[in-house]
Amino acid sequence: MAEVSSTQSTATGAPSAGSVIASAEIDLSCRVPLLILFLSAAVWLLVGSALALVASIKFHSPDFLAEQAWLTYGRVRPAYLNSVLYGFCVQAGLGVALWVLARLGRTLLAQPWLVILGGVLWNLGVTIGVAEILAGNTTGFENLEMPSHAAVIIFLGYLLLGIAGVLTFHRRRGRELFASQWFLFAALFWFAWIYSTANLLLLTFPARGVAQAVLTWWYSDNLQVVWLSLAGLAAVFYFVPKLAGRELHSHYLALFTFWFLVMFASWSGIPGTAPVPAWMPTVSTIATAFLILPVIAVALNVYRTMGRLIVVASGNPALSFVLVGVTAFVIAGLMQAGLALLDARQILHFTWFTTARSQLQFYGFFSMVMFGAIYHILPQLMRTEFASAKLLRVHLWLALVGTVLMVVPWAVGGIVQGIELQDPKVVFINIMKGSLPFLRVSTIGDLLLLLGHAVFLCNLIGLVVRFYRARAAAAYAAVTADLFKAAEAKT
Amino acid sequence: MNYGPLLFLAAFFALAGSWFGFVLTPQVQLGQLQQTNTVPAGATYPVARPGLGHQGLEVYRANGCASCHSQQVGQTGTVCDVVLTDAGTNPPALIQTLLQVRPGLSEAEAKTFLGGLPKPVLERVTKEAADAATKALTVGGAKPQVWIVPTGPDIARGWGKRRTVAEDFLFDYPVMLGSQRIGPDLADVGARLPDANWHLRHLYAPRLEVKDSTMPPYRFLFEKRRIERARSPDALPLPARLAPEAGYEIVPTPKAKALVAYVMSLRADAPLFVAPLTVAAPPPETNAVPAK
Repeated sequence: MAEVSSTQSTATGAPSAGSVIASAEIDLSCRVPLLILFLSAAVWLLVGSALALVASIKFHSPDFLAEQAWLTYGRVRPAYLNSVLYGFCVQAGLGVALWVLARLGRTLLAQPWLVILGGVLWNLGVTIGVAEILAGNTTGFENLEMPSHAAVIIFLGYLLLGIAGVLTFHRRRGRELFASQWFLFAALFWFAWIYSTANLLLLTFPARGVAQAVLTWWYSDNLQVVWLSLAGLAAVFYFVPKLAGRELHSHYLALFTFWFLVMFASWSGIPGTAPVPAWMPTVSTIATAFLILPVIAVALNVYRTMGRLIVVASGNPALSFVLVGVTAFVIAGLMQAGLALLDARQILHFTWFTTARSQLQFYGFFSMVMFGAIYHILPQLMRTEFASAKLLRVHLWLALVGTVLMVVPWAVGGIVQGIELQDPKVVFINIMKGSLPFLRVSTIGDLLLLLGHAVFLCNLIGLVVRFYRARAAAAYAAVTADLFKAAEAKT
Repeated sequence: MNYGPLLFLAAFFALAGSWFGFVLTPQVQLGQLQQTNTVPAGATYPVARPGLGHQGLEVYRANGCASCHSQQVGQTGTVCDVVLTDAGTNPPALIQTLLQVRPGLSEAEAKTFLGGLPKPVLERVTKEAADAATKALTVGGAKPQVWIVPTGPDIARGWGKRRTVAEDFLFDYPVMLGSQRIGPDLADVGARLPDANWHLRHLYAPRLEVKDSTMPPYRFLFEKRRIERARSPDALPLPARLAPEAGYEIVPTPKAKALVAYVMSLRADAPLFVAPLTVAAPPPETNAVPAK
């Protein structure tokens, strides 16, 4: 079943250059580098969700772990977001991107050592960065809390990973490109640009005054909306047709999504409340409203590709993860564009609604798609099946229920909070107390996600252990067979 | 159509566009921002925070205070008050005009109104209505003034006198505007809660000062010390259930003092050309410090 190859529009028009490289060979070239990326990503996710749980419990009891400076809410929360965003999302996204680029290009992964080195640097940088945040050496810029020395290491790591990606892309056989390749190629150079710009102009040569805030919003938007969408949708457009065994419904709709995403999402970051010249939030509101188009295009494309198969998709956990991710993408997009269309961005800006949307974006959408992708890729890399598909489904349900229990209370609580903030007669402390019941429910969500991530890591480790055990058994058998033969020959 | 160079150019120009818009232009428009003057007093604004306040910004940053506190006061509009500062030399004519300007007023009330000026004649009216009233009231040397009053839920809540503007953060690094209001907005907290000891007690035990607060305590910014000869003047006065054992006292570390100095330096009340407001010499009742 491995190569249904319905995904590749190039599949029929066979590549001109040289012999065809077998999928197994491609997977072999990816094995060690991607294993490093995926396993470290899973570890970061577990670390991140443990920090998230600590942050969440503080709403039940503010005195919880309050004696140590490094465990205070204002440090734990950015540490959690950075672990999940940089440790998991971008790292896993790059791993999946490399594999998809190699498979779609029908070429071996270029320079695997670059990926290994890049992955090591990346994880070193994130480790230093998260430790520095907990130690109080945060930069104070949202989504860029890691201090410059960590950022430099991360950027170097990224360059190595990105170069390997571009080289792999360059070595593709066949000139015609599949939609995922557009998305991934753009994502590869997008991150390098935004990350270097933001760090240079915030940390190395700091901008003056509120220009810092504008830069931070620009970066956050480009990372969370543009980059995650590019990398995530690339995986969606690759895996949905592949796992469903069908053609992608419309190539053109995917390109339409690409264009609107890069044209408009990159302008949508400035909130309406910002103390900046009025044209900036206005432009952002208009750009955000346009985002409804790519969102609808994605929904339509995936729905048409799946057709009736959506009903039976639950048989394949990897596909279920990806489809859950697409649903979350659509909901998050509607939440964002809807606010702009209803002119309600200002009302909900400071509330939990924004948190709900961002959670849906980087977790509900991106992480879910990554889970699905990794669950599909890893068995291919290792030529081993998961011990139990049931544990994959346990992870799916924990992640799904956990996300719902976080996002729904935050969104509803955020709307209530936003409306009450508009009414000066409601005392502020009562608004805060009013949002507590919603936060309590979300803590259960945090707990479920933590459990889910433990299962995720166990699944990955279990697969690796099975692989090496099988290998050891084979090697042992080979060696002992020789010994037996030798012994027989003697007698 | 699907070729690499085209794809590269597409993504390149899309990102370059956004880069020019939201990176380069703000550098030019906001990055070149200079100090300005308050209107009409003409004082230089902003001035750098005092040294201790500047150190406090670092404590604010290190502990991620901006995770819960925004520093952005919103404003939905501006209204005008007409304030009579001087009755002039022709009270009967002024009373007649007063009766026209404020139809509900009786003659006796108008007479008492003229005692104890300045007093607002009209409140929360449009600029046009205020100008018309001012023109009418300028009889016999009477001096009416138009006061500009910003409005909006944040301002009504007492979180600031006017909206925050780019100038307010000119000398700050990093600028931490915050993105959530888990706690109250702090843009004007220095004017709202001007008591350093309140802030110290609040940092040490938030629920001591604000019942039901969800703010975590920042006890790691304080130090428990044995009382040597006499109690330190800095020692926090704490109720029995929070007080340390006999012979010990809780004193703020330099970090706590710096943080409080920073928080108290936060003000959004300077009248500027871009965010006008009239600051009364003696504060009227509406400007009273709200209860905590």
